[in-house]
Amino acid sequence: MAEVAAKEKVVKAPKEALFSKKNRKLIIDPITDNNPITIQVLGICSALAITAQLQASIVMAISVIFVLGLGNVVISLMRNIIPPKIRIIVQLIVVATLVIIVDLVLKTFAYELSKTLSVFVGLIITNCIIMGRFEAFALANNPWKSFLDGIGNAAGYGIILIIVGFFRELLGSGTLLGLQVLGDPIEKTGLYAFGYENNGFMLLSPMALIVVGLIIWVQRSRNVALIEEH
Amino acid sequence: MEHIELFFKAIFIDNMVFATFLGMCSYLAVSKKVATAVGLGAAVIFVLAVTVPLNWLLDQYLLKEGALVWLGAEYAAYDLSFLSFIMFIATIATMVQLVEIVVEKFSPALYNSLGIFLPLIAVNCAILGGSLFMQSREIPNLGLALNYGISSGIGWFLAILAIAAIREKIRYSSVPPALRGLGITFILTGLMAIGFMSFGGMLTGEDEGNKKEIVKQAIQLDDDEVDEDDENKVVNENTTALNR
Repeated sequence: MAEVAAKEKVVKAPKEALFSKKNRKLIIDPITDNNPITIQVLGICSALAITAQLQASIVMAISVIFVLGLGNVVISLMRNIIPPKIRIIVQLIVVATLVIIVDLVLKTFAYELSKTLSVFVGLIITNCIIMGRFEAFALANNPWKSFLDGIGNAAGYGIILIIVGFFRELLGSGTLLGLQVLGDPIEKTGLYAFGYENNGFMLLSPMALIVVGLIIWVQRSRNVALIEEH
Repeated sequence: MEHIELFFKAIFIDNMVFATFLGMCSYLAVSKKVATAVGLGAAVIFVLAVTVPLNWLLDQYLLKEGALVWLGAEYAAYDLSFLSFIMFIATIATMVQLVEIVVEKFSPALYNSLGIFLPLIAVNCAILGGSLFMQSREIPNLGLALNYGISSGIGWFLAILAIAAIREKIRYSSVPPALRGLGITFILTGLMAIGFMSFGGMLTGEDEGNKKEIVKQAIQLDDDEVDEDDENKVVNENTTALNR
């Protein structure tokens, strides 16, 4: 077994280009047809609670890209020396270290925002995407591939976050990144001049779930192969 | 009294699943059948009841600013709270492993019924979330921490039980094909969460729901410094007022 695997590696290694078709697929697949949130059902916890504002969603997406990309590389580098029995603890320690870095950076450079995100930065540690990708990919693949896989999955996660954040902020408070794109609700300019009202309901957390549900609906209507049998 | 208040608050008002979306991954993945949902729910209650008080002790005597004062006066200025993520998750992972070994030894029947769920729990956000909320809400003593662990576990248990029951029944209804499975579960959970919001006024008797919910996203009970928090609240109230 091991011999065959080793041989395969030797044969494979030289002809694998840095951005071969296979490697590109590693990044693109999770963004669309194998999306971590809508298809793999990973990492939903933190995805929903912080999407009331677009800015928070973007910061969260970047944090997860950082943690997952780097974490995948670290785990992949250590994959041959981690004893299988304690691998979960090892993985958790690696993620926790990376998350502490993110948390401290956020607290230093964007204090207000880190208040908004509160415990959800810490909860990146137990974000199932991270553990899921470590288990499913990084433990069995080389660092470069793992890096691409990490970036791809985190980007797929980030895209859903940003879509949800976009609609919730736009419909809920009529702003995008804090800019009043629909006009001023008090001065009654822009859309508000025609009697438009913000839908405060969109800011409540349950709406995040419903928006994600609708995204899943749209995605599966367009790609029939993804439909589940109950 | 404060025990009862915390108990109901953690179960209904701050329900792990419906108010803070913690533990959603396993909530969605393991809720296809009621029987398995009960197993996982029981395991979550158990692990939360163990880890929250334990992490409370860690927080009080190791991590908090001034927590090391029992070592001597010169340690009073140390603030190790930046280590709390790593300490909490290490405690949780170890405890889960320990619980697994103990349960396997003393109650093979329970072990078999919990089966694969025990190791899964280490990465259930509800567990780490329980400890982090315990820290940020500044729960004052060990008894309340234990209470908080158990009651938030019960809240999670209720949530997964409810969605599993609904999913068992929904098999017989004609859901649009593209919504089947995951999609409809999301929407159902959203609707249930809206229902749970009506518990908001339960303890205070007044209508704090609307204001609280909007502000909650922003301040998220991070009251390290009370002044700052109040400022935040004011800012948020202003923005909500603007939005109306």
